[in-house]
Amino acid sequence: MSTAPDLRERGPLQSAPGLEPLLFGDNQFFGINHMSEEKARAQALRFQDIGAVIDVLDAAREEGLSTFMCTTHDRIALICDHMRAQPERYRDFAFYPCMPYAHKYANAVTEDGMLGAVKRFLPDEGLLNAAIRGGSSLATKDIEGMITLLVDAEMKMFQGLQTPVIFLQNLVVDLMLGMGFKDAFRIFAEHVRERYDAEPGFITMNLPALLDVLEQAGVENPIVCSNINKIGFRMCGGLESYRAALRERQFRAVAMSVFASGAIPPAEAIEWVCAQPNVKSIVFGASSRANIRNTRELVAEHWQP
Amino acid sequence: MIRVGAVGLGKMGLSHQALLNMHPGVELAAVCDSSGYVLGVLKKHTGMATYGDYEEMLAEADLDAVLIATPSRFHAEMVRSALERGLHVFCEKPLTLDPEDSERLAETASQRGLVTQVGYHNRFIATFAELKALLEAGAIGEVTHAFGEAYGPVVLKAKGKTWRSQSGEGGGCLYDYAAHVINLINWYMGEPTGVGGTALPRVFSRETDDGAFSTLYFPAGKTGQISVNWSDESQRKMTTRINVWGTAGRIYADRQECQVYLRDTASIPAGYEEGWNVRYTTELTDPVWFYLRGEEYSAQIDAFVRQVEAGREDGVNGFASAAVTDRAIAMMIGDAERGPSTLAVAGDESPPPLTRRKRQRWRRAA
Repeated sequence: MSTAPDLRERGPLQSAPGLEPLLFGDNQFFGINHMSEEKARAQALRFQDIGAVIDVLDAAREEGLSTFMCTTHDRIALICDHMRAQPERYRDFAFYPCMPYAHKYANAVTEDGMLGAVKRFLPDEGLLNAAIRGGSSLATKDIEGMITLLVDAEMKMFQGLQTPVIFLQNLVVDLMLGMGFKDAFRIFAEHVRERYDAEPGFITMNLPALLDVLEQAGVENPIVCSNINKIGFRMCGGLESYRAALRERQFRAVAMSVFASGAIPPAEAIEWVCAQPNVKSIVFGASSRANIRNTRELVAEHWQP
Repeated sequence: MIRVGAVGLGKMGLSHQALLNMHPGVELAAVCDSSGYVLGVLKKHTGMATYGDYEEMLAEADLDAVLIATPSRFHAEMVRSALERGLHVFCEKPLTLDPEDSERLAETASQRGLVTQVGYHNRFIATFAELKALLEAGAIGEVTHAFGEAYGPVVLKAKGKTWRSQSGEGGGCLYDYAAHVINLINWYMGEPTGVGGTALPRVFSRETDDGAFSTLYFPAGKTGQISVNWSDESQRKMTTRINVWGTAGRIYADRQECQVYLRDTASIPAGYEEGWNVRYTTELTDPVWFYLRGEEYSAQIDAFVRQVEAGREDGVNGFASAAVTDRAIAMMIGDAERGPSTLAVAGDESPPPLTRRKRQRWRRAA
């Protein structure tokens, strides 16, 4: 049986300290499938028991993938509990949290309104109330305080676990990007570095536009996760502008949706993404050890340092 | 560049603001909201020109168009004011809470040659658009029945403090969720001549409906039905599904895929074959300039901008088409209030209300 080469000894990783080359994603565990609602439901059924999720995570670990890039969905807290209870066993396991779990907020906004939703998720209501009373004379430090409190609330479930990279989810990143709220990126990056000794990461569907704004916000050599796939699926700005960004911009790229939700055959998808410059890491989801191994072996085969 | 002002910075408003701001053909010239707090944050951190008063924004900001995403009960007045100032209008759904208002506004816009659009974004989802194209090509023959569903986890307990939980303000499942499904059915089947069997039940809400179920009647014996429930926790987010039956096949569509069954009697469109066909969103969806929550939100803004640039009034989701949906909603509310057809209860002396057909039969017999 052929053993895949250890990715950690290869080129790309050396230029990106701390960023694992293969990340295990979590969409499959939460009924998210961009191709089919039927498949999404079948997955939700299969992973209803958190034990089934942990089994797949263990299988991923056995295949050498011990970094789990996951949303701050309530159910992730159960996985965190499991790992905390066996510190020896999961010594090398790391989370890359992606926050916030947006639907939690979107539904809260429908129920309580914009400010009500923020209040609901803030541990300390006093701060927001004071800010609202202050009206438009709101100070920057209040906004900073609010963003950092929301981050801390999302990070609570990971207490005592390794979180070397913390991502801001694309819905928030792209909303802030669209609104021109550049300070939010700086505030998030600084807080994540200072409070959690972690690298800030940003997920986006609009890579070229985000890189410009991160640069303006003073976030240097950022970790940015975006769709990078051969057919240009959800790569806003177009395939060519993404390829130019990968060639020319200073950032650490994490590729997601490399299979474009199954629209590209695995070998073709991996071969293409591995041939792109500056891709430091690939995140993918799978529900079985066989699929995890297939992807790992494809990456090992095609990833040229 | 088109100068656009946006009013209402809630859930939809903020995302519209971001999309407008990033659109290469738009200058987002001003935003307006009633919350001084939200405006203060925006002004400080984005440098946006902000207004606390809508009329002031219209008067001062030198706009070409306005995007309205306020609570629904404010739509009619705000749209009217914008149209009277000669501005093109994009308005969130539903257009208004009174179909007569919607018709009047459509007429005003048409008289003045202004571009209008309502935020029924499902028509910009590629799979639902594929369904429409297949129907127009006659792929499944004579259409006989359409069934539209939407489920989602919005109201899951007895609570709710915003306008969305007040039916008088355009809240509730019928206006908020079912309007999308009705609008799609209108797109596929046309305007209903009547509705029946409407139920608008509460599940958790105190003041408004959490479900909407109804039958729609169309000319030539065609029918449609909707089944909508926003108190369904089994859905991760709003999930919309459409089934359409025809004499030569059936089409199913949701956000991800379009499944088409074509009989041997069908006139098979290019790229399709007899039996089952599946088209996925990945192959059907056109790229957008900026992605926020789904391509459809970007695509609908882009469509509006292009219509304004071209000075064309024939776009998807114009006011006249949204008024069709508002009329269907009004019929459903009236139908639900009248309640079900019942048999006389034993001991009850008052006869049951006669249906029209019974009345006619009785008259004929006499």
